[in-house]
Amino acid sequence: MRGITKRFGDLVANDHIDITVEPGEVHALLGENGAGKSTLMNQLYGLLHPDEGQILVNDEPVVFNSPRDAIAAGIGMVHQHFMLVPVFTVAENIALGAEETRGGPLGWLDRRRSRRDVIDTSTKYGLPVDPDALVEDLPVGAQQRVEIVKALTREVDLLILDEPTAVLTPQETEELLAVMRSLTAMGKSIVFITHKLKEVKAIADRITVVRRGKIVGTASPDTSEDELAALMVGRAVSLEVQKTPAEPGAGVLKIDGLVVDDDRGIRAVDGVDLEVRAGEVLGIAGVQGNGQTELVEAVMGLREVRAGSVRLEGDDLIGLSTKKILRSGVGYVPEDRSHDGVVKEFSVAENLILDMYDSAPYGNAFRIDGGKVGGNAQERIEQFDIRCQSADTLVGTLSGGNQQKVVVAREMSRPLRLFIASQPTRGVDVGSIEFIHKQIVHERDQGTAVLVVSSELDEVVGLADRIAVMYRGRILAIVSPDTPREELGLLMAGITGAPAEGEK
Amino acid sequence: MSTATVEELTEVAAPEPFWSRQRRLGLALVLIGLLAAAVFGSLAPSEDARFTLSEDAEGAALSINGQFGAVLFGLLALAAGGAMLAGLARRRSNVLLSLGILAFVLSFLCWQVAGNFMPLVDTTEGTLQLALPLILGALAGVLGERSGVVNVAIEGQFLMGAFAGALVGTMATSVWVGLISAALGGVIIAAILAVLSIRYLVDQTVVGMVLNLFALGITGFLYERLMQPDAQTYNTPPQMPEWRIPALADIPVVGPVLFQANLLVWVALALVVVIHFGLSRTRWGLRTRAVGEHPTAADTVGIRVRGLRYLNVLLGGVVAGIGGAYFTLVATGNFTKNMTAGAGFIALAALIFGRYTPFGALGAALFFGFAQKLATYLSAIESPVPSQFLNMLPYLATLIAVAGLVGRVRAPAADGVPYIKG
Repeated sequence: MRGITKRFGDLVANDHIDITVEPGEVHALLGENGAGKSTLMNQLYGLLHPDEGQILVNDEPVVFNSPRDAIAAGIGMVHQHFMLVPVFTVAENIALGAEETRGGPLGWLDRRRSRRDVIDTSTKYGLPVDPDALVEDLPVGAQQRVEIVKALTREVDLLILDEPTAVLTPQETEELLAVMRSLTAMGKSIVFITHKLKEVKAIADRITVVRRGKIVGTASPDTSEDELAALMVGRAVSLEVQKTPAEPGAGVLKIDGLVVDDDRGIRAVDGVDLEVRAGEVLGIAGVQGNGQTELVEAVMGLREVRAGSVRLEGDDLIGLSTKKILRSGVGYVPEDRSHDGVVKEFSVAENLILDMYDSAPYGNAFRIDGGKVGGNAQERIEQFDIRCQSADTLVGTLSGGNQQKVVVAREMSRPLRLFIASQPTRGVDVGSIEFIHKQIVHERDQGTAVLVVSSELDEVVGLADRIAVMYRGRILAIVSPDTPREELGLLMAGITGAPAEGEK
Repeated sequence: MSTATVEELTEVAAPEPFWSRQRRLGLALVLIGLLAAAVFGSLAPSEDARFTLSEDAEGAALSINGQFGAVLFGLLALAAGGAMLAGLARRRSNVLLSLGILAFVLSFLCWQVAGNFMPLVDTTEGTLQLALPLILGALAGVLGERSGVVNVAIEGQFLMGAFAGALVGTMATSVWVGLISAALGGVIIAAILAVLSIRYLVDQTVVGMVLNLFALGITGFLYERLMQPDAQTYNTPPQMPEWRIPALADIPVVGPVLFQANLLVWVALALVVVIHFGLSRTRWGLRTRAVGEHPTAADTVGIRVRGLRYLNVLLGGVVAGIGGAYFTLVATGNFTKNMTAGAGFIALAALIFGRYTPFGALGAALFFGFAQKLATYLSAIESPVPSQFLNMLPYLATLIAVAGLVGRVRAPAADGVPYIKG
């Protein structure tokens, strides 16, 4: 790719980017969220069209109008959000767009041949998939294998993997890296998009670092992690969370035998007992989709509880409205920032009082005191280092990191007994991650009980004083953050050291 | 480290809320069963209710004492409800529910028919005929919605089809030219719907409603200005002939209904089968469903999302337009203002009641067709139920079916969501 430039309005997402991928290499594209890595690769895959610049395949200039052209040129892509139809079987998903048919005006599907193709490819590359399983029933790791098989059945020479490890357990990540090695051994090239330094060092042949739409450097895999991080962020960053040992007090949140169903009525939280004490951070580790979301929603009164109890310093929370729960001294950073965390069309100042608008000092049942709201906004913007033009800026125009700081600032500006943060740094730049982590530790040091849920193991290990590993709706174990990674990884995959609790 | 896993653990028991959906429906059934046994039973005269297999009162018939039947079937409905309430046969609760409703309907019929007779052939034939436009309309909906475009404009497509069929059919003095024009009339509305919702991303429900009003307005205007003054030249379309397949047509009940019929009956039933297999077994169907469920995924494998949506909405226009032709070329013989009278909306209900599947739509359409046929039959035998209530019957049945029986239907995930690239 040569001189690729892509603009969205005033924003230059890619600024004259040159990048070359050689046959048989793993080329890592390293950069923070929002640096422009995915935008660049979406152009290579024909989903977006460059405003300037050229794409060359085997030295021939090409123009990709749609993914169809890119696929024809031997390029495949595994997207960060899987492009699989949940209600289709694996074989249907893989066949889609390149169906085997027996002719007829509508194209009668040859389902036997599609199945065989899937099995052939999956055995050839050592990627086990069940062609007849429904995609929605598969765990994410298996869905990702389906995505890779889907790309490989289309005979690709170049495979783009966009943040493939974000949803995997450490073991699954290892497996994926092994698959990548075997693919390159067969002469295929891989572009590996990520922001995780360890993985880059483990697999990449060459590393290109992207920051704010520009290439800021290339590196070899033996560059140190600190150097890579500095290159990625633009300044030296501390990768460790700085904190003193916790001084836990009395139990604040006590959950007993909690049972919750998900939207489809399937059991999501299956008898969870948990206690969070004042002045400690309890981290919940686990691969996404193991009931963490439902657990937090149930505590917050956002989801119906089937059985069990949730108590905040002895007061029953079940049946209370979310408003009452928030007002009883619970701070909540929701998992999906853009849906549940902020109102994008509202200003920063308005978002900062979203859950306090009808109470003193900001207003009452009939009016909102604009002056107080503005004053509060100024204070929070300074205190939480929210980078915006003014308090009246619409939140939707801020970067992910700054939006998240707005949420954190709002939730921490009330006296809290319990602070719950779900995926507090998802889609947030490294600088803001550092800041948000500091704020969380600070809140803990004030004596608040903190519950952090994250699918990033590094984050849980860095922040937590105790780690609860969740798997299939259960807490498998509560361990100290010094526990070796391999053991945590096995727990996240549902494998316990001792015979599992409750097994008879 | 041993490799104990937690896969085998059984779920923690959680108390089911007592008033589950099954229990609530069961209670409702018990109540209507009680109502049927008590009210219908006491009102029914103790005379025979005859259900005849032939066209008239003579010949073979099933007969039952009206009062006894009303009480018996009322108690059956009550028993079905009781079984649901007691939590029996959880897996088969839909079967119990259907049985209960059937028993309730039969109890009602026993009361009404007592001392009279109900010709089964005529009832079945009428049900199928009245269901015809509903089947076609619902199929048009299936085509659009499975690819992600909500089609509320079925009513408008019916009206345009009915109008175009009558007008062009009369002028060309050919029922076949009329039929093709009807299809084109449906396509016109479908095309506007497609362009506005796919290209210009206008809210699909709003566009659909506006198109219904537009079709009502324009056909009403042209009817008054063009057709009414000179009905001979513009509004006496030829009628679709009835074809008889020898031998097969002699089968009792089924024969005269299915094998001595007009072309639309066969077109509608064939389309149900074709669209069913088309959706489930062909490349077109796989892609259509993908576009309706997850358009971005379809795009990334090189499927033209918008193109396929256009195609399906236009095909839906053809089918709904043919459904409109039923009104002028089969049912009545001329066009009148607003002659579809909400049939398009009942078709929409049949689509949802039928869970967005062709066979489901067929079943739902037959159910609504039966309600309509029953209303006309009851007014013909001078039922004590006021005719205004009888005319409400099809709509009431629609309401109960969609709101009460179906509950939450899983629509295609991207239904009604315009696809914006990038």
